[in-house]
Amino acid sequence: MKTSVARKILMALSGFFLLLFLLQHLTINSLSVVSEDVFNNVSHFMGTNWIVQFLLQPVLLFGVIFHLVMGLYLDIQNQRARNIKYAQNNPGTNSSWMSRNMKITGIMILLFLGLHFADFWIPELNTKFIEGDMSGMKESGFGLRYFEELQHKFTEVWRVAIYVLAFVFLSLHLLHGFQSAFQSVGFNHNKYTPWIKKLGNLYAIVVPLGFIIIAIYHYTTQL
Amino acid sequence: MSVLDAKVPEGPIKDKWTNHKNKINLVNPANKRLIDVIVVGTGLAGGSAAASLAELGYKVKAFAFQDSPRRAHSIAAQGGINAAKNYQNDGDSIYRLFYDTVKGGDYRGRESNVYRLAEVSANIIDQCVAQGVPFAREYGGLLDNRSFGGVLVSRTFYAKGQTGQQLLLGAYSAMNRQIGKGKIEMYNRHEMLDLVVVNGKARGIIVRNLITGAIERHAAHAVVLATGGYGNVFFLSTNAMGSNVTAAWRAHRRGAYFANPCYTQIHPTCIPRSGDYQSKLTLMSESLRNDGRIWVPKNKEDVEKIRSGQIKPRDLSEEDRDYYLERRYPAFGNLVPRDVASRAAKERCDAGYGVNQTGEAVFLDFSSAIERYGKEQANVLGEKDASHDRIIALGKEVIANKYGNLFQMYEKITADNPYETPMKIYPAVHYTMGGLWVDYNLMTTVPGCYAAGEANFSDHGANRLGASALMQGLADGYFVLPYTIGDYLADEIRTGAISTETPEFDEAEKAVKDRINELMSIKGSQSVDSFHKRLGKVMWDKCGMSRNANGLEEAIKEIRQIREEFWKDLRIPGKANEFNPELEKAMRVADFLELGELFAKDALHRNESCGGHFREESVEESGEQQGEAKRDDENFKYVAAWEWTGDPGEANLHKEDLVFENIELKQRSYK
Amino acid sequence: MSDKLMKLTLKIWRQKDADSPGKMESYQVEGISEHMSFLEMLDVFNEQQINQGNEPVAFDHDCREGICGMCSLQINGEPHGPDRGVTTCQLHMRMFNDGDTITIEPFRAKAFPVIKDLVVDRTSFDRIQHAGGFISVNTSGNTQDANNIPVEKENADKAFDAATCIGCGACVAACKNASAMLFVSAKVSQFALLPQGKIEAKDRVLNMVHQMDEEGFGNCSNTGACEVECPKGISLENIARMNREYLKASLTKE
Repeated sequence: MKTSVARKILMALSGFFLLLFLLQHLTINSLSVVSEDVFNNVSHFMGTNWIVQFLLQPVLLFGVIFHLVMGLYLDIQNQRARNIKYAQNNPGTNSSWMSRNMKITGIMILLFLGLHFADFWIPELNTKFIEGDMSGMKESGFGLRYFEELQHKFTEVWRVAIYVLAFVFLSLHLLHGFQSAFQSVGFNHNKYTPWIKKLGNLYAIVVPLGFIIIAIYHYTTQL
Repeated sequence: MSVLDAKVPEGPIKDKWTNHKNKINLVNPANKRLIDVIVVGTGLAGGSAAASLAELGYKVKAFAFQDSPRRAHSIAAQGGINAAKNYQNDGDSIYRLFYDTVKGGDYRGRESNVYRLAEVSANIIDQCVAQGVPFAREYGGLLDNRSFGGVLVSRTFYAKGQTGQQLLLGAYSAMNRQIGKGKIEMYNRHEMLDLVVVNGKARGIIVRNLITGAIERHAAHAVVLATGGYGNVFFLSTNAMGSNVTAAWRAHRRGAYFANPCYTQIHPTCIPRSGDYQSKLTLMSESLRNDGRIWVPKNKEDVEKIRSGQIKPRDLSEEDRDYYLERRYPAFGNLVPRDVASRAAKERCDAGYGVNQTGEAVFLDFSSAIERYGKEQANVLGEKDASHDRIIALGKEVIANKYGNLFQMYEKITADNPYETPMKIYPAVHYTMGGLWVDYNLMTTVPGCYAAGEANFSDHGANRLGASALMQGLADGYFVLPYTIGDYLADEIRTGAISTETPEFDEAEKAVKDRINELMSIKGSQSVDSFHKRLGKVMWDKCGMSRNANGLEEAIKEIRQIREEFWKDLRIPGKANEFNPELEKAMRVADFLELGELFAKDALHRNESCGGHFREESVEESGEQQGEAKRDDENFKYVAAWEWTGDPGEANLHKEDLVFENIELKQRSYK
Repeated sequence: MSDKLMKLTLKIWRQKDADSPGKMESYQVEGISEHMSFLEMLDVFNEQQINQGNEPVAFDHDCREGICGMCSLQINGEPHGPDRGVTTCQLHMRMFNDGDTITIEPFRAKAFPVIKDLVVDRTSFDRIQHAGGFISVNTSGNTQDANNIPVEKENADKAFDAATCIGCGACVAACKNASAMLFVSAKVSQFALLPQGKIEAKDRVLNMVHQMDEEGFGNCSNTGACEVECPKGISLENIARMNREYLKASLTKE
């Protein structure tokens, strides 16, 4: 934690963790397109399993906050490292927009997380831990509630639009972040790095696109 | 009997250095901590000396005018470093390296110094490898060698075209270790402007802090000058812009004799000049002559067509090309020593065969090497039926591996691609064999003042072989000075710290300040560069690749005239007490204007041709060697060491007779 | 060879000394040949300034063949200007057109304070080297024979490639974070790849990274700008290697 290199490695490790989480999240979400029942069952399991709730969830929360706070801290340091700016700067010739604007894409994702938590996570906490209803049943008492809640959120077009936009930012963030994390932990090899970059691009497009498709699917099926 | 005592140890040549080391006075480790040594210049010689002296325990202060020791111009040496390792088992030995160096220097070097250089050369390679210098290697993991001009063995170690850089970074890293330990105090952006002599001994220096303009005093028990050569007296040279003679010249004015100032090496393979604005010339490593063939067209009509762009050089058939080095020197071909190759290029260009618009360029062609390597590589890869295109592509790869950075550098400067069309090259001033006179211990005629590397005159005679400058710089710094300086300092253990509050320091500091004030108050109309360019033109035209009495006499007059005008009409903007590059240049050019005259005077007095010094009055009239340089051993087998008397034109000549006991004097023949 | 001469507008950062504020100023320069190097163009400009009684622009330079690392300059928003694989002294005016406006600034970083005009102080690089940029072997010459230390050619070549760094600071100037990772990693890599350097590899990487942070350089965010702008093409692979070496050292060092 004491040096720039250590912090950068930790930044990458938290990034890796979030990459895995995204994959898991997408997998479960895509179940909602395949089968209402399976989605409900898996969601119920995730929502009530003790290991997921009290071990993985705090770790996830910590991961997100760590990645965020560390990112901002490093950025403040970076600003200080160049106290007088260039009168003319031409960075487009030597680096990608994504790599230079991780802070902007990151903050956009953060803002989206606010909405996302308000939409799902806070009501979920409210239902389970304040109202004390751990059953996962609809109010009517017939069947699990998760699929219905999910669908309910995607009825308004503005929300769908925000989701789509947020995932575009996520994609931009990942286009640099995926391969960057490998470089940070010291993995760079002539033979494998080109493949990692390809895999990173694939991941950065497929995963956010998956979320987008799911959101649009639920919106259109309810029209 | 000459006043010059070279202090060459007794005994057979191969035992001299060992005997000397055995008998030399030593300083005990506790006393070393009480002794200060100043090292001026932090290139290969100065950097390695500073590091080694600090390791031994002396308190070292090192000075560089650049912002870091790593910038010294040793960094630009490209081709390699010689060492008598005989790794190739091609008959190399200490004696052969010694012999080649003395012969290559046209028998104007001191035998004992050269033998010692050859003797310690192998240690340098061991040392540098231990330091992590990444020399080129073969696939088996062992060190690779290549051959260089003027020799018949492969003894040159190299790191692509950046050998100087890698060796300097090695010395720099050794220095860094000592700086980190606090044993070297490093003064960057400080320039030495005078030597302080107290009771006949060098006791310190006056420097200018180039950032603030402050004049500082630094005292020590001994002063080592490793300040490089003075090729920039020609304005255009392959030296760095800042390379200068000031430190050495100031020491000369304080009593150090200046030896053989006219011995200048004109390097045959440099990128030709392109216009009047040109600020420096860029060297293309001599190693290129291993694989490149030098030629000009046979017929003048073809010369015209090439100049006007009507035909491309590659269009010219083999019969229409004159590979003049291979024609004139069949034994050595393109690998003749530098002076011979340079004069041959000048001869062809003066005869009207120069291949660019200025008429001052010859071709260096890699097409046959590309084809030869391509075939070899195809065989290695088992491609028996490789097409011509494939062979050329493979050959280009091999060439790129060997010289990639040089080819790239050439293309960036000239916008020509040397893989496709021959390079154009022309000789340029590169190295100065002359310098401060030193004895076997590398001490100048001022006791306690030492000179190392290119700044001294000792090892290369009248001409230096390729890849020997790096060898000499490191030999002096790592392996010679650290021993020999102890011999002097052993008598200094009771001296105590040297004070800077003495009349001698007062006087020296005042002299420096007066000089600066005088320069600043001229407030004339011409810039420093304009004077420097005029001096350079006189030097190149009249003291360049070939010289005659008439021209040299004119040069002396003209240089004096420029000097007078300089002190009357110079304009330096800005102030003395601030960062002022124009003032820095002015002080250097003022010294070049004095050195230039001594240079011409030395060249005029030496009425023989030897090595880099070619007098038109002294050539072979007949026989196989007709037209080649003619040495005059009867009258000039000595080192000319000049003593300052207040005016460069009035310098006093002292002669150190050169004794050759181990090598028979012969005419150099590369035929 | 054409002798077409160019007329240019130069916008140059002028600053009297380290303590004074600086600002951009505009100038005209004429008679520029396309065969000139960028620094020769500045020579011509300075000569014109001196003849007009003005103070010339101070800039660092020495070898003028792209190896000493002394020349710097941020030209049109890029270190060493728009060409690739060259230092400012090797940049030629054929990269520009008649009538162009060229912006010239010093390399900007907190760790590279301006001394005057375009001259910056890069001794922070030296201090990083003092912290560990060496192999602790005395220069006694009593080392083992050079060929007793065979080095795999691939590693020798990679070590050489890393060692070609000229310490110019373009990596720092190009990096949006003013990070010195490429410079530091080049030295760490050179020694980490050689058997001679492995012995004190742990201390070296820890000490050099520590000193790099002390000097106030920024963090690496892997934009890769340094590699693109490096006149010697030092690879990002070196930064990855340094990260690896650092991880290894900090986990195993007692």
